[in-house]
Amino acid sequence: MGKVFVDAIVQFTKEGEKIPLEIVWKDGKRFEVDRVLDIRKAASLKAGGRGIRYKCRVRGKEIYLFLDDDKWFIET
Amino acid sequence: MNRVILHCDLNNFYASVECLYNPELRDKPVAVCGSAEDRHGIVLAKNYIAKSYGVRTGEATWEAKRKCPGLITVKPNYSLYLKFSRYAREIYEYYTDRIESFGIDECWLDVSESLLLFGDGTKIADEIRRRVKSEMGVTVSIGVSYNKIFAKLGSDIKKPDAVTVITEDNFKDKVWRLPVEELLYVGRSTKAKLNNLSVFTIGDLANCSSQFLVNQLGKWGSILWNFANGYDISPVAKLGYEAAIKGIGNSITTPRDLTKNEDVKILIYVLSESVGERLRRHNFKGRTVQISIRDTALKSIDRQGKLDRHTYITSEIAAKAYEIFLNSWDWSKNIRSLGVRVTDLVEGDNFVQMSFFLEDIKRQKREAIDACVDRIRERFGHYSVQRAVLLEDEGLNANPAQDHVIFPVSYFRNS
Repeated sequence: MGKVFVDAIVQFTKEGEKIPLEIVWKDGKRFEVDRVLDIRKAASLKAGGRGIRYKCRVRGKEIYLFLDDDKWFIET
Repeated sequence: MNRVILHCDLNNFYASVECLYNPELRDKPVAVCGSAEDRHGIVLAKNYIAKSYGVRTGEATWEAKRKCPGLITVKPNYSLYLKFSRYAREIYEYYTDRIESFGIDECWLDVSESLLLFGDGTKIADEIRRRVKSEMGVTVSIGVSYNKIFAKLGSDIKKPDAVTVITEDNFKDKVWRLPVEELLYVGRSTKAKLNNLSVFTIGDLANCSSQFLVNQLGKWGSILWNFANGYDISPVAKLGYEAAIKGIGNSITTPRDLTKNEDVKILIYVLSESVGERLRRHNFKGRTVQISIRDTALKSIDRQGKLDRHTYITSEIAAKAYEIFLNSWDWSKNIRSLGVRVTDLVEGDNFVQMSFFLEDIKRQKREAIDACVDRIRERFGHYSVQRAVLLEDEGLNANPAQDHVIFPVSYFRNS
């Protein structure tokens, strides 16, 4: 259980939304976000924090990716 | 039509935020404490586990640790708390534009005009409670009532993460049984006075005659009587409403006790510098100088004096403050904390009556010096220019203008 900050490749849409396209793990491995399923504000009790929560499908698995102000993190 | 007012109180606010960000602390007793080295070492907030050991807000850190040996103390992170306070407001703003903050973790919301959109007060309160929990990861307790006083009492009745409704039908049952000190503005000394009159609950207070209370307590008697009977009609301020500033002041708890006049003089200059700087920044001049002194037994006194004319000149404020001090302190005890405040404000660039004598030129020169010092400090930092008096004991030097953040304002600022 923990919180891992990650680099993210993000699309800024003309409506002002931010859509994560790729997550870069600390060892440099890249994971493509296949699809964003849900976006909402939420707290992460698991990782300890809060932010805009993106429910993403990555390689067939659903993960929560959080944007807290300017930093992206995931629950592990 | 009856108003519907919510009072939202974020539970154990500082401690809850710390526990959210540090999951490993969650099932341990936690207290957020000021720094002991600077002698701000008191408990600012604690979680429920610490509370069950009897740890209380406001007591010294060492006292708390004696009650609860495993207590984990964390340093406060005010900028994070301010951020969370803003997130909470964002949620409230979804339901109404009448929001009035009371300190960092409490707000009143007047939702009377939102009922058609969102449903009754209880429903809105429940929705806010759920959203705060899921979106922010902290809990809120909410009182719903028809005036601000009962709403505030309601938010204290059941916590955490709960809603209490107080209506005109059930307030005698719910509110009147509470001890009188639960009422806003009944503090230690008012409680003692009321208890002497054999007033122990809010109901006792409400059932006194208002005239009797006025005879005993002065105008506060009638205010408290109105509070207790639910006659309070003070409005919830509109969003973005800023109370007119009535005074500017700074106070500081010193790293060591002050034992002689020279110490106090240094401190008064430190505080007056910051007060003066803020007056000038906001373009105010003040005429009344107040000082507050708290001794080592934590007893405090306030004294004030009037200047001949309005000013924002640091040296004039400091000289007056020091003069007041010399007239009001006999050194029977040493001093732990000191405050300087300037009130009776007018706009700084108003017209002034010139004097027959030469002092106007001197004053203009002093104003110019202060303005110059302000500019130097703006560019090169607060400590780039210092008064010689501050060099006598650098330990006492500080920049209070930098770290004054959160003061709960008076309930009566609208009236």
